[in-house]
Amino acid sequence: MTIERREFLLSAAIPLLTFAPFAKAAESLKFAELYKSRTVMGMAFADRTLQLAGKPVDLAGYMAPPLKPEANFFVLTRTPVSVCPFCDSDADWPADIVVVYVKKAGSFLQDGSAVSVSGVLQTGSKTDTDTGFVSQLRIIDAVVKRL
Amino acid sequence: MKKIHSFARFAATSLALGLTLAGHSSVFAQAIFPIDRAAILAGSKFDFKVEFDRVVDAAKTRISINGIDAAKVLGAEPQFIFNEDGKKVSSFVLPGVMLDKPGSYDVVAVSGNARMQVTWEVYATGPRKAKNVILFIGDGMTVANRTAARILSKGIKEGKYLGRLSFDDMSNMALVGTSGVDSIITDSANSMSAYTTGHKTSVNALGVYVSRAKDNLAHPKVETITELIKRKTNMAVGIVSDAEVEDATPAGMVAHTRRRADKDIIAEQLFFSRADVIMGGGSAYFLPQTTPGSKRKDTNNLIDLFKLDDYAFASTDKEMKQAAANPKTRKLLGLFHPENMDGALDRHFLKKGTVPQFPEQPDLADMTRTAIEVLSRNPNGFVLMVEAGLIDKFNHPLDWERSVYDTIMLSNAVQVAKDFAAKNNDTFIMVTPDHTHGASIVGTIDDNKPGTEMRNKVGVYADAGYPNYPKANKDGYPEKVDVSKRLAFFYGNTPDYYETFQPKMNDPFVPAIKLTKDGPYVANPAYKDVPGAVLRTGILPQSADTGTHTADDGVLSAMGPGSERIHGFMDNTEIFRAMADSLGLAANANSTKMVKASKVVKPVTAAK
Repeated sequence: MTIERREFLLSAAIPLLTFAPFAKAAESLKFAELYKSRTVMGMAFADRTLQLAGKPVDLAGYMAPPLKPEANFFVLTRTPVSVCPFCDSDADWPADIVVVYVKKAGSFLQDGSAVSVSGVLQTGSKTDTDTGFVSQLRIIDAVVKRL
Repeated sequence: MKKIHSFARFAATSLALGLTLAGHSSVFAQAIFPIDRAAILAGSKFDFKVEFDRVVDAAKTRISINGIDAAKVLGAEPQFIFNEDGKKVSSFVLPGVMLDKPGSYDVVAVSGNARMQVTWEVYATGPRKAKNVILFIGDGMTVANRTAARILSKGIKEGKYLGRLSFDDMSNMALVGTSGVDSIITDSANSMSAYTTGHKTSVNALGVYVSRAKDNLAHPKVETITELIKRKTNMAVGIVSDAEVEDATPAGMVAHTRRRADKDIIAEQLFFSRADVIMGGGSAYFLPQTTPGSKRKDTNNLIDLFKLDDYAFASTDKEMKQAAANPKTRKLLGLFHPENMDGALDRHFLKKGTVPQFPEQPDLADMTRTAIEVLSRNPNGFVLMVEAGLIDKFNHPLDWERSVYDTIMLSNAVQVAKDFAAKNNDTFIMVTPDHTHGASIVGTIDDNKPGTEMRNKVGVYADAGYPNYPKANKDGYPEKVDVSKRLAFFYGNTPDYYETFQPKMNDPFVPAIKLTKDGPYVANPAYKDVPGAVLRTGILPQSADTGTHTADDGVLSAMGPGSERIHGFMDNTEIFRAMADSLGLAANANSTKMVKASKVVKPVTAAK
């Protein structure tokens, strides 16, 4: 199910309106800069990632196939993940994935495309209520553009 | 690298065993667990389950063992499940039972016109012969891995090797059959389960028979060697791997689940196993979900739990050695990577993979030395399993150089065990693959042969000659792997991929990828433009992303007390029997002395 151009324009307009009074360009993030360290005891967010929590950001990556067709989120990965590992579990996904909650459920590209995601950055552990999928880093209210 | 993904696609297959129901059509098969021809260690625990293919009346059902009511034989009434998992099928379950007396047991279940029958063999052991058992698993180690490791590590001249791998000169050897209940082709969960329980199971399963239960954790369990050791002896147990400690092979020492992917649960099962030394990768499943990088689904911090239980904890090579140097250390948890550790070629030479992020990972030989040092503080002896898990992880993506450097590393680890065993000659050592891969050495590749077509640089027969790897360093590794005349080592069962005829000096090989979610695996175009690369059309189904396991026998080498059982062709379940026998785990099976547990079975006459 690809995103209709009209929906794109519509959904893209909303954050613009929301943030219009304080019009501030979204900060651009890069996968390689999300974390400052990775050790046996876990990963640590980069200072900039923590600073941008709650703020609008852009991040480019690859859209992994959704866990469930009706899910309202997908997993954004640094490199193409063409099959979802296990499809029903967050085991064995790359450690630095970002979960993207889209404005419009089901608006998924099914071909593992390179995409640019714009939305509000959220940090910290969260368990998705429908799927049990645990994420550490999310972009919510997201608008997705095919690159 | 993540081979389990493709295993997850295998459907759960249930088998009808001893089924004589002509004309009855049902989507449900009938089964008795343990299955027909199961060989069971006397006094080992198992869950007994009878699955009918229909709803039955418990009052009209008769389950007997050697003609005597099963409830009487097993000392407890089976639990009746009228509609298992809400389906129109009935089951009977008797958890945690055991049979104490060796012999043949005919198990018959009859209800109406449904009838099933299986036969079990319950065996005793001789008296204890070995103080310690060390089981080395070269995961996926094929004969070609072993031969290539000997060529690279020891050298060969005029047809004679200039040395031997550490396990080449062991006194005993056997061919091992690795097939499972559901399939001629096994995975590492299934095969390790056979080694650690003596029972066959199915792809993806650990320490359970695969029944029709919906819940991964509700399948009939069989007792692992770790549980037996901890229940019956005062010995120590060690589990060491360079894969994740929750990965199939180390998990096989402790786990009971139908799905090896239950790694967060397996991490908990490792904790509850009371194994004294646990070392490897896979820390992500020990961290609470609130920690970035965690792969748990709860806030439990398993590392803290281990620490509270008096385990020393190490996350680097240095910390591991420091912990072992403390003479008071009797329990040790070492986690050196959130996922699988890096292999020998990357750690020692290429510095690729995740080595830059994790530069302080220990070597498997040092992990083996540390484990033995800590475990041998127990005066009652120990059972240690050491897995060279990356041999398989690199055979899958057709990255033979990496798999062979890890085979050399396994040889170094085995040498550590041999040196320890030489002191008292009371340690039974086995070195074995759990399954094989379709790989062979066909000759050499000589860059200096004329032309540009790489296949014409492959030398066979007299044209092969010998490769020109430099003499190995003191640790047994040639310091240069991309030599001008190298081994021609190829895999037969592959997806489509670009054959480059060269070692992958950057990151490990990724032979095939999917371009669309439901599309086929295709040759990874990233290697298309490597000079000399040619598209090699695979022979595997296009759902296969890497090379796959084979049914070829594995070659097992063994030495020390107990190794006399290792010869000829052996079923993988007999490896468990060899360990149990060397430790005398059912040495008193004919006396009443060992009968202690509450659900112990009253002896049944073996004769029919």
